Amino acid sequence: MKKYETKKITFNVFRFNSEKDHLPYYIKYDMEVSQDEVVLDILNRIKWEFDGSFSYRRSCRHGICGSCAIKVNGKPVLSCKENVFHLVEIFGEELTLDPQDEKRAIKDMVIDKKNFWEKYSSVKPYLITDIAEHPEKENLISPKEADALDEADYCIQCGNCFYACPSVKANEDYIGPAALLKAFRFNADSRDNAKDERLDIINEEGAGVWDCVKCFECAEACPKDLSPISKITKLHNQIFEESKAKNNVATRHAVGFKSSIKKHGILDEGELVRYSEGNIGVLKHLPEAYEMWKKGKIVMPWNMPKSKNMDEIKKLVDIASTVDF
Amino acid sequence: MSKIKYALYTGCTAKESTPELLKSTLAVAEALDIELVQLEEASCCGASHLQDFDDFLSLTLNARNICYAEKLGLTMVTICNTCQLNTSLTKDRLDSDNALKDKVNSKLKEIGLEYKGNVEIKHFLYAIIDDIGVEEIAKRVTKPLKNINIAPFYGCHNIRPSKLQSKNNGNENPYVPDSIERLIDALGGNAIDYEHKNKCCGFHVELQAPKTANKLSGDAMSDAMDNNADVVVTPCPLCHLRLDVQQHNISKEIGRDIQMPVLHLPQMIGLALGLAPEDLGLEHNVSEITFV
Repeated sequence: MKKYETKKITFNVFRFNSEKDHLPYYIKYDMEVSQDEVVLDILNRIKWEFDGSFSYRRSCRHGICGSCAIKVNGKPVLSCKENVFHLVEIFGEELTLDPQDEKRAIKDMVIDKKNFWEKYSSVKPYLITDIAEHPEKENLISPKEADALDEADYCIQCGNCFYACPSVKANEDYIGPAALLKAFRFNADSRDNAKDERLDIINEEGAGVWDCVKCFECAEACPKDLSPISKITKLHNQIFEESKAKNNVATRHAVGFKSSIKKHGILDEGELVRYSEGNIGVLKHLPEAYEMWKKGKIVMPWNMPKSKNMDEIKKLVDIASTVDF
Repeated sequence: MSKIKYALYTGCTAKESTPELLKSTLAVAEALDIELVQLEEASCCGASHLQDFDDFLSLTLNARNICYAEKLGLTMVTICNTCQLNTSLTKDRLDSDNALKDKVNSKLKEIGLEYKGNVEIKHFLYAIIDDIGVEEIAKRVTKPLKNINIAPFYGCHNIRPSKLQSKNNGNENPYVPDSIERLIDALGGNAIDYEHKNKCCGFHVELQAPKTANKLSGDAMSDAMDNNADVVVTPCPLCHLRLDVQQHNISKEIGRDIQMPVLHLPQMIGLALGLAPEDLGLEHNVSEITFV
């Protein structure tokens, strides 16, 4: 029989009480941890064995309520799902436990998630449809229609993707990956009638999909493996498919690639910036353009290289295009 | 041992705004006895923007690029993290969905090509680590990067999504990547550990959200400076375009004077292998290279 393993592990734990502390601090707890324990067991043991005032959120302990999300060595985890030995394999035998967002800590692991829920509510995350007051049959959808949700309905609103998103940190107006995933989930639902309305919300410059930095932190952070960024891509696609795209720098930036590829195969970088920004907007890039030109980093239009076999590329652009702008 | 040979997908920036990347890649490959066959037929990967507009078109164009590596029967090697993302994502989607592969192939057939899915796609960083190894690279070092504090900046798309890239990057963990550190050690340099080494530079929103882009780049550069880095090194030309070229805008946004040389990964390797600065295109770097 295989030996039941235990390990001595040091947990470096974020402590803060917003009612009396000026600054957060860390306390070290040494524990003998067994191979089956998850991070939530550790949180419980800190409270039960070391300090009854230690605070954290927990509820279902089955990976479905989303309450117990925290960070271990910067990695967003759902405490009740994350095996401690697995984390030791990645980070070694000293683990640092932090709340999802240190700046929003109320007490220890408990944070104020108001910003998450506000963004979440802003996309109308519910089914909007006309249903008879006294329906005579169930409002079913087919397996194929259910597949269109791409498992986005499995989101448990834990907030890991939201608090891991660098764009959310840099821009407090950005709706963020969780709410965008939810917008996709209802837009993809064949029973829903509010796609248009939601697309207007998530198409806003500065708040909507165009502020996604494409870093894939959300895909790593999601305990349900839902890849919020792939849903954000699908929302981008919906904006163009439903002819909701506004003529702005973000949309032109996406569209500009097509004409450049058709013309040169490779991207004409200078022309893409000019096309995206417009003839006046492009002027703000002159300082760096000048520095780049001095260093031989700007290809002049007459020297623009082309891919070989341009006829193939042109033909593919013609026959494989599926959307217009 | 037979000579290592790869199909090189240069991407666009290496032929335009970062000529030093192509130059240094070719020089380092030669020094390491690697033969690179450039995929001159390849088009732009869409840079994660074309697929926002037209996913199927982007998929088909990327599949065509891969076809040319397949024709050569060689591993496709990328030198841009975002090229790596888009080509390997295309491969993954086509290899796991026959209906989609057939749909793409019906278009490729009209230009006489067929996507098969029989070559690997790897970034140059991981190709040389896998096929040559850091120990062997260490043996070729003639000018160790002694006493130089080097901050690795990984760039997102080589390490995330890990589900996609782990098979191409030797199972690098996105939260604690260490391949560039291992390479820096082999080159005799001093690798700096800092929190932002695996974070985003903001390149993809540079035009529509410059504030966000400058804040993210600023966080990374400040962190590298606070940890006494002499130089930042990155395997991604898009990260380089931000961290090297945009230092004046980053400084303005974060209210701190950011001045730091930023090298492309092959430039760093080349210096340690004793290659001349002009063979590595150092004259093209915008930030001043103070330590050579």
